[in-house]
Amino acid sequence: MTAFAPSRPARRAAYVPSAELVPDVLSGSVLAVARMISRAESGYAEASEALAEIYRHTGKAHVVGITGVPGAGKSTLVAALIKAFASDGHKVGVVAVDPSSPFSGGAILGDRVRMSDAAQSCQAFVRSMATRGHLGGLARATLQAVDVLDAAGYSPIIIETVGVGQDEVEVVTAAHTIVVLSAPGLGDDIQAIKAGILEIADIHAVSKCDRSDAPATVAALRGMMTLGPGRPGSDWQTPVLPVSSVSGERVSELKDAICRHWDHLRDSGELHDRERSIGRTRIFGTARQLLQDKFKRDVAELDTHVQAVVSRTMDPSVAACLLLGWDNEVLA
Amino acid sequence: MNLFSTEAIEDIREKQAEWEENELASALQSRPEEKPVYETECGIPLKRIYTAADVAGIPASDLGFPGAFPFTRGAYPTMYRGRPWTIRQVAGFGNPEATNQRYKYMIQTGQTGLSTDFDLPTLLGLDSDDPMAFGEVGRVGVAIDTVDDVDRLFDGIDLENISVSLTINPSAWVIYAMFVAVAEKRGYDLHKLTGTLQADPLKEYVAQKEWIYPVRPAVRLLRDLIMHSAKTTPKLNPISLSGYHLSDVGGNALQEIAFIMAFTIAYCEEVIAAGMDIDDFAPRLSFFFISHQDFFEQICKFRAARRVYAKIMSEQFHARKPESMRLRVHVQTAAMSLTKVEHHNNLMRTAIQALGAVLGGCQSMHTNGLDEAFAIPTEEAMKLAIRTQQIIRDEINVTSVIDPLGGSYFVERLTRDMENEIWKVLDEVKERGGAIKLVEEGWFQQKLADSAYATFKKIDSGEKVSVGVNRYVDETSGSAEVHIHPYDDQCTQLQIDRLNAVRASRDNGLVTQLLAELAAQARSDDINLLPKTIELVKARATLGEICSALREVWGSYAEPMIV
Amino acid sequence: MTDSSSNSQGDGARARIDVNSPIRVLVAKLGLDGHDRGAKVVARILRDAGMEVVYTGLYKSPNDVVSAAVQEDVDVIGVSLLSGSHLPLFQELGRCLREKKAEHIFVVAGGVIPEHDYAALSDSGVDAIVPQEARSDLIVTTIRNLIAERGRI
Repeated sequence: MTAFAPSRPARRAAYVPSAELVPDVLSGSVLAVARMISRAESGYAEASEALAEIYRHTGKAHVVGITGVPGAGKSTLVAALIKAFASDGHKVGVVAVDPSSPFSGGAILGDRVRMSDAAQSCQAFVRSMATRGHLGGLARATLQAVDVLDAAGYSPIIIETVGVGQDEVEVVTAAHTIVVLSAPGLGDDIQAIKAGILEIADIHAVSKCDRSDAPATVAALRGMMTLGPGRPGSDWQTPVLPVSSVSGERVSELKDAICRHWDHLRDSGELHDRERSIGRTRIFGTARQLLQDKFKRDVAELDTHVQAVVSRTMDPSVAACLLLGWDNEVLA
Repeated sequence: MNLFSTEAIEDIREKQAEWEENELASALQSRPEEKPVYETECGIPLKRIYTAADVAGIPASDLGFPGAFPFTRGAYPTMYRGRPWTIRQVAGFGNPEATNQRYKYMIQTGQTGLSTDFDLPTLLGLDSDDPMAFGEVGRVGVAIDTVDDVDRLFDGIDLENISVSLTINPSAWVIYAMFVAVAEKRGYDLHKLTGTLQADPLKEYVAQKEWIYPVRPAVRLLRDLIMHSAKTTPKLNPISLSGYHLSDVGGNALQEIAFIMAFTIAYCEEVIAAGMDIDDFAPRLSFFFISHQDFFEQICKFRAARRVYAKIMSEQFHARKPESMRLRVHVQTAAMSLTKVEHHNNLMRTAIQALGAVLGGCQSMHTNGLDEAFAIPTEEAMKLAIRTQQIIRDEINVTSVIDPLGGSYFVERLTRDMENEIWKVLDEVKERGGAIKLVEEGWFQQKLADSAYATFKKIDSGEKVSVGVNRYVDETSGSAEVHIHPYDDQCTQLQIDRLNAVRASRDNGLVTQLLAELAAQARSDDINLLPKTIELVKARATLGEICSALREVWGSYAEPMIV
Repeated sequence: MTDSSSNSQGDGARARIDVNSPIRVLVAKLGLDGHDRGAKVVARILRDAGMEVVYTGLYKSPNDVVSAAVQEDVDVIGVSLLSGSHLPLFQELGRCLREKKAEHIFVVAGGVIPEHDYAALSDSGVDAIVPQEARSDLIVTTIRNLIAERGRI
């Protein structure tokens, strides 16, 4: 059995150098934005100059992170937020992250099932991203995708995290405003505490507010909010907002709260702190990534040092310094 | 009371142990069996041989007699001796006139009941001129926009004397309204109308995936339809609970029956909650199952389904009328089993599946055309399909004895095993909050998608054989040139022209007013929407207008992400 | 195939070597056809073959599908159709791809498609048609061959 596939050499498309894509990205070409995000994802060395150029044009967008346990309704909420922001004239960008299969490296990215109608009718840019092995709730290139959208004039840019419910706090270091979504019932609030995502919220949203058990979840969250302080050094009061993404009920209140938080960050000067924190984390993260890449590239050298450490002829600190090309004094 | 004495069973067990030690052991030693494990398609383990010991625990009352509780052995006391099953081939394509012509051909060939497929825009409540109807008008079924189209569809056909099955779902209540309006116009006695609407919304969300509104309003529309039909057209079945589609989307035999029974329970609860007695509507619940490839599993499936249904109706809903506990089923052979490769093989597949349905005790049947795997069947293919049923009915003498496989140790044991597994699933559904909630959450959808993928992988690995596809592959046979039923390119334009003519000639003020009244009624859960809908179709409101009036009230369904 | 786990966000492009990133495929249903069993099975097959599959759900117009494919920068749009309306829908899909300058995206068709429509589909821009009874290998190979012929862009 064979497939019907007549050869069509004419369809061979040429590789457009990343540098040539930059002006189109900056002018908002959807094709160029999409392609540039792929380049960032693939880690093409050729794209690094272009991404650096694009970075110089960022810093305008309000980046909103949406996280929460699986089944809370994140995609549906994002779809509702797209509509709410678009009706205020915003050009919304979305990066929705789903996990890659640890076995095959492939992924099924299903967030468009809920978002595509909103994306289509509101001309929002929605990009699905697989984690490609990256942990923490985001993909390795999520922030670069946000940069590309930022440079292309999208704002707000919503990041929807994986939703595995564990260890999703990385979004804190990526977004200005964090919305934690909980669903009523099933002890989700407890799950959120376990997952350590409760205290990172700038705004709590409770989905499916038309359900009879929603008020209890709202009350439980409000109770917890009164227990501990918010983020250190901030006088922002974290609101707890019930929403129904399906009916669109009270989504505009959530949108208003997100905007209010953005205003608060700017007026209070906290934005500067957040930007610094994001910048710092990105440098650390990138450095760590570069190291990993370097070690992976120079397997032979690494192996030699591993052997030395195992045979006790060298201690691990010295081995690390040698691999980094630093001398021992750094340790002192 | 049990069928066998304890002593007899003890004796059999001893003899079997001896046989296993001697004859069997030496046979296995000289030649091992082909597979390490044998099981049915749905995963029930199969023994090498069944004996009286395997059925000793089954009380005789669980078998009973045909036409009596628990209906294991058949729905009616005389079964095919009194009345053969109805040969009901579904047809529908193009304009109403085209389908009408096909009906007349099929009646002439010996078909005894009519069955209508509708095109996708009609199913989804869209008029033929809706932008989303692009390319779809009259394609997989007949296009219906107004009451006049239903009149054309049944032109020259006496609806008091032939039963009509309408394969219509999300928009079923509108098509029913049109059907009643046509019958009234022709002066028929509505109490004489016979036939069946499919109108099974929950299976749409999990299997056939045709929907308009969110789940709960869709179930409410069905409730209204059941309650209205019980009074107005008492011989019409307002619903056909369609396990067929659960199977078509990948479900196994257990999922087919268990899930459809879960839906049955949900519907009954809705109608009872609205104040109707179970015995006033349950006799008109009808079913639609597949007859698939695993021959004995399928036969036992029909028997187990009848028994489970009877027990649900009697024990859970306290029905008193036997008709409320009698499961009547229309069967279609398995389109999924047909192959495009060496498509003539499909005739054999279909004939065997049809025989299984008859041995399982079906009330009516559609046998697939041999080209059904790739197109709307041609007249030639339909004729062969009808002939298949006629050969089973009239040439091979399988209709003289009721439930001829009843009492087979194997068949009774497998029937019982399937029944037990079905109860387990029903318990789980109940524990998790009931069918409607689980449909909303995508629970059934995930189970069916998983099952579909597992089946695909089994064919990939060769574990499941498909002759001509993954075994006995003949690279030279390729795909023969098949005559495909032609599509009428003029069909869409004709429907659109007719829509424009209707909209130009009717009382548009009246239609607008009635649509507003319908929307207002829909906001309250207590009002039956059928009377207003019937008024609307008589005023020449279109199917699309009626459906979108309620979309404004209820919104559209958003599917959960299940892959 | 994928980078080993790290739980820190990094830019890291500058020094990174070019990696072979997964093929991206948009699996779509066009028009009103609700038969999504095949599409979902194919989505899983492609994922298990290491591809990234964007699934769009039901009832999508050709324009919706092309818009999504462009934003997702997929290599291939895979459409499964069993409703018989493949000719008009694929013609429209091809038109939308040209209009959005996205002809570099391959179109692969599957489902119920009679041979005598193959030529017409090819003319409307369908690059490959996978027969109804195709097994996993054929589906995966067909897509990989298309990408190999074009090269990564």
